[in-house]
Amino acid sequence: MNIWLNFLIDSLAFGATFMYGSTGEILTEKAGHLNLGIPGIMCMGGAGGCLVLNWIGKSALPPFLIVILGILGSLALAMLMGLIYSFLTVTLRANQNVTGLALTTFGVGLMKVIMSKMDATVYLVGPKQMYRWPFAGRQDSLQCLGVLFFLAVIVALCASWVLFRTKVGLHLRAVGENPATADAVGINVTRYKYVATCVGSGIAGLGGFYYIIDYMASQEAYLSLESFGWLSIALVIFALWRPHLTIIGSTVFGFLFSCSSFITNVSWINVTMAFKPVLKMLPYVVTILVLIVSSVRNKRENQPPASLGLSYFREER
Amino acid sequence: MEKQLALQMKGITKRFGSVLANDHVDLDVYRGEILAVLGENGCGKTTLMNMIAGIYYPDEGQVLIDGQEVVIRSPKDAFDHKIGMIHQHFKLVDLFTAAENIVLGVREQGAYNLKEVNTRVAGIAERYGFHLDPAKKVYDMSVSEKQTVEIIKVLYRGADILILDEPTAVLTPQEITRLFNVLRRMKEDGKSIIIITHKLNEVLEVSDRVAILRKGEHIATVNTAETDEAALTEMMVGKKVDLNIDRPEPMNPAVRLEVRDLSLKNAEGIQVLRNISFEVRSGEILGIAGIAGSGQRELLESIAGLQPLESGEIIFHNPKKDKPVTFFHKSLKRVKELAAQDAFHDVNLNGVSFRGMSNKAIRKWVESGGVLFREDEIMNLRNKTPLEIRELGVRLSFVPEDRLGMGLVGSMGITDNMMLRSYRKGHAGFLDRKKPQALAEEIIRELEVVTPGVSTPVRRLSGGNVQKVLVGREIAFTPKVLMAAYPVRGLDINSSYTIYHLLNRQKENGVAVIFVGEDLDVLLALCDRILVMNGGAVTGVVDARQATKEEIGLMMTRTSREGREEDR
Repeated sequence: MNIWLNFLIDSLAFGATFMYGSTGEILTEKAGHLNLGIPGIMCMGGAGGCLVLNWIGKSALPPFLIVILGILGSLALAMLMGLIYSFLTVTLRANQNVTGLALTTFGVGLMKVIMSKMDATVYLVGPKQMYRWPFAGRQDSLQCLGVLFFLAVIVALCASWVLFRTKVGLHLRAVGENPATADAVGINVTRYKYVATCVGSGIAGLGGFYYIIDYMASQEAYLSLESFGWLSIALVIFALWRPHLTIIGSTVFGFLFSCSSFITNVSWINVTMAFKPVLKMLPYVVTILVLIVSSVRNKRENQPPASLGLSYFREER
Repeated sequence: MEKQLALQMKGITKRFGSVLANDHVDLDVYRGEILAVLGENGCGKTTLMNMIAGIYYPDEGQVLIDGQEVVIRSPKDAFDHKIGMIHQHFKLVDLFTAAENIVLGVREQGAYNLKEVNTRVAGIAERYGFHLDPAKKVYDMSVSEKQTVEIIKVLYRGADILILDEPTAVLTPQEITRLFNVLRRMKEDGKSIIIITHKLNEVLEVSDRVAILRKGEHIATVNTAETDEAALTEMMVGKKVDLNIDRPEPMNPAVRLEVRDLSLKNAEGIQVLRNISFEVRSGEILGIAGIAGSGQRELLESIAGLQPLESGEIIFHNPKKDKPVTFFHKSLKRVKELAAQDAFHDVNLNGVSFRGMSNKAIRKWVESGGVLFREDEIMNLRNKTPLEIRELGVRLSFVPEDRLGMGLVGSMGITDNMMLRSYRKGHAGFLDRKKPQALAEEIIRELEVVTPGVSTPVRRLSGGNVQKVLVGREIAFTPKVLMAAYPVRGLDINSSYTIYHLLNRQKENGVAVIFVGEDLDVLLALCDRILVMNGGAVTGVVDARQATKEEIGLMMTRTSREGREEDR
């Protein structure tokens, strides 16, 4: 296979990290909550999965069970973070930005503590091959597409289907657009906000787990995880709040982000190593461009949910 | 025909903190009737209805439906008891279509099928005589269409008791007639309709019975056929109120402000004002009538210097002939400019030029009152900022419709809000707080503003008091032109009459008043002339002493000739 196809597959695989992150964030934002805790939640999701694997990694359980238990561990810790976030912002109506940033700081720090205490030979070396199913053992670049990658695509498509084709999605979007209206027609606003935030956090957490266990599959992977949380939040804007567009968006982001290392490998492009960090900002530049284009076009459907970032209190006059 | 009880409220009480919003209210509603709930603003009408609709929960009292006691804890409970409320501020998701809004929150078995919803919506629309496109997005709709969506939304859920909160506030007379026809058809269908309003003529026109609330208490329920406006008002206000608005004859009217061929496009590039021309005279009130969003706001903002014009002129006539120039509004720089244009004369000298004089000497001369204008000042305000307009010496006051958004800063006290007009005064970079504070105290005293003190955030005051503060500040500026957009919106009868009285006093002082209103009865009673707008164009100017409501209503809806030419 030629170098370009390899590179596309690598971008897809890399992008699955943001696909999870931004699909989760879109669900949360559609309920009207700007969750800036996504980087921390992704870190905790990674830590949760690795904790479980650290415990069962060397046991004689069948591989598929180990895979599923790892995913469940990741979901559990990430959803716990989502629950903290929802309790603070929905029930106590704390400021969403401050809460989110605090959760990020907390999640990133705690994850680093947890990860540094664990043995990579247990949680990583054995299980990482199991997560490479069905292409494990292949020599070409397809080997980097594992079960968690396909799950990411399915989750993104399902999220879009739920949001735009079902009544639950209609209700959820109504909650994010105008909670007072949703409340007046008998939709349980608090429940929708809680569920969307927790499910969204769980999905985002899988992104962190995927990055550590599958895409990077290295002992130092967790150190660079936080920055991909921020990239996921940028991807939400790039995807215009539509989960299925994150599949394309995350590939573009993956491509742009890793093109710094790619370009230095292509013989006919002459780039010095010092230029690499500049190339790494490309995804953010593209996000700004998307923001400009969507603002200029000013189509109502491409704007963030109308009550994003605002707390809702029924008896407020 | 014996009437069947649909809904009963017994001893309903609701408190917000220490404020008693409803005090042991009893109310009965029958099947197949229209009950009007009448009361001033803040009397607890909406709070009471919100308790039936499940938005609030009563502190005390019972609600009975068909003789059974029920507990309504949430809007969902209300729907389960077939109660539907159409709120004053529409509860619609702008981004959704009509059908999506209607089906929102409906709990039904089976798949989510918008096609089926569309058919059912069309069926309901036909039955009661509505017109609605189920696939139209709400953000593309007119106010009347949005209201239709709200009503169908409630009917779709099978509501038998409909509550409409101030449904006519935003409609034209023709739309109101259509709405009332729909309501009558629903009544014949056996539905109970509760309509909250403070407009007496509508109560008399459409309702079967009237319940009157005052300060949270239920005063009486009377049959509409056995009462009249005067009796209702007395019950509503608690004392006899003179419902007539004074209208003194204009004194020496002279053209004060001329608008010529004014056109404006908004930020989205839509033409919001087309070739508007009119003039305002001193000592008269010019009313502006039109459906909400016909360009009234943009017109006033253009005059106030808040909108960049596409074309047109705004000419201000300052009656300054033979009057001394002052520094009250004019800067030294501006006075020098005027002198260079030979605009002044002196009682002794023929012309005034400050050539070769020091600033200090000029200042002294001007302050002595010895420098007089030769002629009336005529100034073009086109594309001037509010600050530039002020520096030209034009005393223009603007009471915007968005009181706490554009007029006042909600989180600041009255004194600080007064300073928004005078922050440039004071010495060496420090603010002068004494005069604004004195002004704030004067406004509180003169206009009977109810507030704990001058530093209480204005946001915490009631709507009427906020408006008094804003109008008071603008009038204290001794304007030559006073523009007021919907100054009585949301105000109770007493506060409204205070504002009408204030405007009349300005008119008697020779101020040119522009009054944008929504209640045609008030416009006809208060104004001298009425300018009617539709779709950003003027459809006519009528003499308010002779025009009728129907005439103006027609002008508000028909497309103007200028407008149509523009469209071609």
